[in-house]
Amino acid sequence: MTTSATTPEPAARSRTGATGGTRGSTQDHPVVAEGLVKRYGSVTALDGLSLSVPRGSVLGVLGPNGAGKTTAVRVLTTLLRPDEGRASVAGVDVLADPAGVRRRIGVSGQYAAVDEQLTGTENLQMVGDLYHLGRGPSRARARELLERFDLTDAGSRPVKTYSGGMRRRLDLAGALVAEPEVLFLDEPTTGLDPRSRLGMWEVISELVSGGTTLLLTTQYLEEADRLADSIAVIDHGRVIAEGTADELKAQVGGERVEITLASAEDVGAARAALERAGASEVAVDEQTRSLSAPASGGTATLVAVLGDLRESGAEVLDAGVRRPTLDDVFLTLTGRAAEEADDAGEPAPEDGGGKRRRGGRRRGEHAR
Amino acid sequence: MSTTTTGQPTSGAAGTGRRLEPPPAGGLGQALGDGWTVARRNLIRIKRVPDLLVGSIVSPIMFVLLFAYVFGGAIALPGAGGAQPDPAAYREYLIAGIFAQTVIFGATITGSSMAQDLKSGIIDRFRSLPMASSAVLVGRTTADVVNNLLTVVIMTITGLVVGWRISTSVGEALLGYVLLLFFAYCVSWIMAFLGLLVRTPEVFNNVTFIVIFPLTFIANTFVPLESFPSALRAFAEWNPVSAVTQAVRELFGNLPAGTPEPTAWALQNPVLYTLLWGLVLLAIFVPLTVRQYQRAAAR
Repeated sequence: MTTSATTPEPAARSRTGATGGTRGSTQDHPVVAEGLVKRYGSVTALDGLSLSVPRGSVLGVLGPNGAGKTTAVRVLTTLLRPDEGRASVAGVDVLADPAGVRRRIGVSGQYAAVDEQLTGTENLQMVGDLYHLGRGPSRARARELLERFDLTDAGSRPVKTYSGGMRRRLDLAGALVAEPEVLFLDEPTTGLDPRSRLGMWEVISELVSGGTTLLLTTQYLEEADRLADSIAVIDHGRVIAEGTADELKAQVGGERVEITLASAEDVGAARAALERAGASEVAVDEQTRSLSAPASGGTATLVAVLGDLRESGAEVLDAGVRRPTLDDVFLTLTGRAAEEADDAGEPAPEDGGGKRRRGGRRRGEHAR
Repeated sequence: MSTTTTGQPTSGAAGTGRRLEPPPAGGLGQALGDGWTVARRNLIRIKRVPDLLVGSIVSPIMFVLLFAYVFGGAIALPGAGGAQPDPAAYREYLIAGIFAQTVIFGATITGSSMAQDLKSGIIDRFRSLPMASSAVLVGRTTADVVNNLLTVVIMTITGLVVGWRISTSVGEALLGYVLLLFFAYCVSWIMAFLGLLVRTPEVFNNVTFIVIFPLTFIANTFVPLESFPSALRAFAEWNPVSAVTQAVRELFGNLPAGTPEPTAWALQNPVLYTLLWGLVLLAIFVPLTVRQYQRAAAR
């Protein structure tokens, strides 16, 4: 039995670096993973992954396809045994007592795991029965969840008649049947159209405002920014950065100056102008004749650069100062855009709206 | 339950700390309950998927009528009317064979469903729930039994319509039905294993056709073994499908008078031989399937 006497652990609260370090106690961190390794033959899906989620908060695990997000969730939800490392969920050791973990978690996967032929009600009742809630409570809970997720009218229809968004909502409802202590959502909006995605975001925001501990994986930077309290960026099975969205943005140097030129001939001059204004890491996209660089001076930097360029006679098509997005974070951390890391051959995700696609930035042009 | 009354000095450790724990999973009762929950789900699917419904209800009727009237007039049974085909005697003889073939085909639903479930991701949901890990397989194979029961009832009615009768006691008749369903249940486990192995419903269906057609036709299901060439005849005599069919014919009293006594031990003791096969299949395929399930699902 663990004593509930208050011995606050300062180490648990402080943010540790990108990898490892002291993790929070399982008391105030319902999800703790340490050094998880999972190999499939020569492919290493998890390469010493460590992370923790404080009670009542949302951790966004952000990474491109193939980064190890789903593998991490499968380990934490007892579906997969890691080759190395340990993990505890809701205070229960994942390897020692997987059944204990399953009683305390809710999982909603990347592909809505509902039975197409069963109705919404039948699906939720089945899940309730398998959580051993008892016939009556199981029924009541199904009704309640259908209402909460706006599926009451569809409850008596087979799921095969549902839209993609409705299926995801039902799957999420399935994860909530037993009011779990910890919730895992693996790419809850992948493949949804923008409108359904916004709907899912609303549902999830509402859910976490009630204090659920949630681990959410996503390849949408905007999604992590919007839903998560803190973010762990993972790549090649390892956490390469973590922090709040703001902390991560600060890591790429705050605001950026962006300039688009009319002529490719002026790229050299513009780069020089940016460097004179104090910007050190200038990213150049030759194809679109655009440059971007961290701007410590904000708009002052922009004004200086534009003045400089006018003197040299370069024609500027577009210029501005932009707050960095999580795209920039990924780019800075890995040297490539999140979308370009997609080597799984899956169809490109539909764009949620707010995300900008940056085309031809090349790895070599990025000073680290 | 003990240790609930307050003020009892004995309940020191038990009362604290563990109170908010959800009930632990376990117990045979719960495992059976979970199995039944999954079985119910599979039975609802049969109701909703026209393919499955046709397979369970329409095709048995079709088979009985087809064999009874298309082949019935052409096939002569040794013993019954000599070399002269006797359609009524053949229909009597045929039913047990149709029963055996149909329940074995019914057992294949497990395989294609397992493959389908692996593909759809619902197995992941099941595995993340605090349910008995046996429930998916037990529920699936149990659903086959219920489905086969339905099929057998329909075939029995169709058989009665075409003039087939059971001429033995209720006990023997019941034993015949139980034996059929038991054997099919054992076959379900082979199918579950194959379904988990190939992982694609379409591939599974091809595989089973290749396996099941020879097994159910190189047997005494539709024609007497006396006409078989010797190598095929030896195979057919020891084919468990022949034993099930022979056992059911004997238990229903459907063997025409004057039928020659079988020469193979398997057909002289068809009930025992069927039971042995069933138990051997279970002993091999239950552990094999459970292992394959864990392996297939944990990818």
